[in-house]
Amino acid sequence: MVWEEAPYPMLAVDSAGVIERANTAARLLLPGADAGVPLERAAPEWLARAHRGALAGQERVAPEGGRESGAARGAVGGSVFEAHPVRAEPDRVMWLLIDVGGEERAVEALRAEREWTVFMVEASMELLSSLNLGRCLEATARLAARRFADAALVVLPLALRRHAVVSCDVRGRPAREDVSIDPRTVPGLTEALRGFPPVPARWVDPAEVPRWVLRAGAGEVAAVAVAALPGHGMPAGALILLRRTRPAGFSDGEQVFAPLFTAWAGAAISAARLYAEQAAITETLMADLLPPSAPRLEGVEVAARYRPAEASERVGGDFYDVHPAAGAERRPLVVLGDVSGKGLEAAVLTGKIRNTLRALVPLADDHQRVLELLNGVLLSQEEPARFVTLVLASIERRGARVLVRLTSAGHPPPLIVRNDGRVDTVRAGGTLIGLLEDVTGVTESVLLEPGETCLLYSDGIIEARGGPLGDEFFGEERLREQLRQCAGMPPEALAERVQMLASQWVGGGEHDDMAVVAITAPRDATGRDSP
Amino acid sequence: MSHDIEERVERLWAAATSGDEYAAADAALAALDAGMPMETLLLDVVAAVQARVGQEWAANRITVAQEHTATAINERVLSALAHHPATRASLSQDRGRIAVACIDHEFHAFPARLLAEVLRLRGWQVDYLGAQVPTPHLVAHLHRTNPDAVALSSSLATRLPDAHAAITACQAAGTPVLAGGAAFGPDGRYARLLGADAWAPDARAAADRLADGPLPRRLAADRDGGGPAHQAGHEYAVLTASAPELMRGVMDELARRLPEVSREVTGESVSYVVDFLRAALYVDDPDLFSSSAGWLTDVLASRGIPEQVLSSALELLAGRLAGLTRAQEMLAGARAAPD
Repeated sequence: MVWEEAPYPMLAVDSAGVIERANTAARLLLPGADAGVPLERAAPEWLARAHRGALAGQERVAPEGGRESGAARGAVGGSVFEAHPVRAEPDRVMWLLIDVGGEERAVEALRAEREWTVFMVEASMELLSSLNLGRCLEATARLAARRFADAALVVLPLALRRHAVVSCDVRGRPAREDVSIDPRTVPGLTEALRGFPPVPARWVDPAEVPRWVLRAGAGEVAAVAVAALPGHGMPAGALILLRRTRPAGFSDGEQVFAPLFTAWAGAAISAARLYAEQAAITETLMADLLPPSAPRLEGVEVAARYRPAEASERVGGDFYDVHPAAGAERRPLVVLGDVSGKGLEAAVLTGKIRNTLRALVPLADDHQRVLELLNGVLLSQEEPARFVTLVLASIERRGARVLVRLTSAGHPPPLIVRNDGRVDTVRAGGTLIGLLEDVTGVTESVLLEPGETCLLYSDGIIEARGGPLGDEFFGEERLREQLRQCAGMPPEALAERVQMLASQWVGGGEHDDMAVVAITAPRDATGRDSP
Repeated sequence: MSHDIEERVERLWAAATSGDEYAAADAALAALDAGMPMETLLLDVVAAVQARVGQEWAANRITVAQEHTATAINERVLSALAHHPATRASLSQDRGRIAVACIDHEFHAFPARLLAEVLRLRGWQVDYLGAQVPTPHLVAHLHRTNPDAVALSSSLATRLPDAHAAITACQAAGTPVLAGGAAFGPDGRYARLLGADAWAPDARAAADRLADGPLPRRLAADRDGGGPAHQAGHEYAVLTASAPELMRGVMDELARRLPEVSREVTGESVSYVVDFLRAALYVDDPDLFSSSAGWLTDVLASRGIPEQVLSSALELLAGRLAGLTRAQEMLAGARAAPD
């Protein structure tokens, strides 16, 4: 009959808790579950308890109440079963038992997988988000301590015997120390630090591990592992795991994910290390190419602003410099120029030109001579035709006033902002440098009253394209019109204003390099009105 | 004390607007000599003078030259105070490192500069990156130095899309962002909308917030995607793409209607309107547009620019943005506003 052959264990139990009937499957599962035997003797306690519960909660166990009402779950014979009560009659409960052990194992496996996935996603986000070396070392120690051990250390060789040791203690707080250590004192560390070929994590006896390693474990260390952090084809340090109570050895999941984690961490650390090295090199090389940010000269106030064409670049083809007087009876020199081309290549040429001009400063009072010598240097270069336009400004204090002698070599003419709001154009024309054998410069002198400014700028300012309609040049006329409202402004405010107007004119569009230098005759500090 | 502060504000204001660096430095140093704490001097005197510069410019009571001169003199005062013994004493503390920068295209550097000085005074190691910092530079700096937080400043609401780019880029580099400046709204609502980790209305509040404890380093995965995800995003894109053509049409028509107003003036006014509209669409907030239009009304009125420039610009824009329903609502709201 159906009852007897049903594939699920089924039991009929009366209100006194005595088994009335059990089918074949039930007798197989619960030996001794025969008619007349009390349920609590043949079945586990959880099922007997569920039966009492089912009888007590009578009204909740109505047939249409769904399978879930009164259902219980517990272990039987090495698996897990779900018992569902069905109350056909008031004094009898039919129990249907379903093996859910497989499902439970699957759910557990899925939960574990999910945990690993969450961890690996988190680890990758944390490791990938920063190119900062210290940050990557900390993240590696912290993540390893959390997932594979109780505390962890990352050891990264620096120069000589110095090592960066970033430890994450049992509370999850990372800390960095740069110390002199001998890797040979930790079994397996030398091999791990070599990085390639990557050696598998090695469990070592805590008794053989020096104190500086064990410290992070806060006294209690049951197991220690040493693993390599192989980076992008270069060693990126080693990872040391400390466990307080859990024994040595990786679980199945750890066995799979530990090598993945160390590979990712190693890649992140080596990328950050490369980036830091490159950034330091760039910084050093760039230092000479960057225009002086706060130029100073005696006798005048000078301010400059610079904005390279490319947002990602810090240098470009525009340059400026200020040179103090090369001795008594000589004048300080201000230079602003523009090399053909853009970006790093142009910047390298500006570096050469600035160096050449620095060497020529003793001759700076003779502008024509400086231009001729610079022209000669540029013409003798093997490189493809490169030329430069520039303005030379020699400065001489005349009492409260300042005499500026200006020579332009193919460069936009300097503008003079007078105290009464007039804007004068300096006619200091000349040929550009680096193209022809002969260069001619026309020099003009301008006398600045206190508060007046001589403005040098590159064509990136007047050739800024944009405006309300997006396709107009800013133009010299618009610049002059704006400068008429700038009478009496300090040089940094004026330079800033000019750069701001041109940048705003461009809006979000592309622009050339922009350079501005403002030279102002100081206001007389003694003749001012008292407030 | 407050009377004393007012008096010192007046003295510094007079010196700054007349471009007298020496008188300005004297005024600041005299306050220190009289026992005023350095932080009070920075936040209640120098900052107050700078705030007044903005108000007086908007009201056209000072010229462009005076505005820039006063700002430059005020910056020189900050530089002088940075080297004062009262400031140097705090430099030995080790509270952590903060980067302070203006977002790209933001020229108003003073608020950021002031914050940098206040943070230094409170013992932070501060990297002040200045005005209009291109986001790639900022991010490279964060990777190099790994600061505890980056403070981003923006004054004009038209920069909100740029601010969003800067905030998210810093966060992607794993650095929490403290946003500040008038651009983020009087209650910081746009800072929250754009996903900044914290917001402060002024330098004092920013320094207090950083003193309260570290900003959480949240990973991109823990963020809710962040930022505006709404219908107006489409309108923002359309308006941005069509802005030059739109401007041309509106300006041509304005030239016909108001021949007495120069093209420079109409161009600047209409640029402002379009930029504010773009920003308002970006954050999907009609209030931003109406309050900006109100501000613009005052600025134009104080300069004797006929009211018709703005009202006609709003009307003409409405006529040319037929398909953009959210923009229409905003334009209608601004036209209906009492100011």
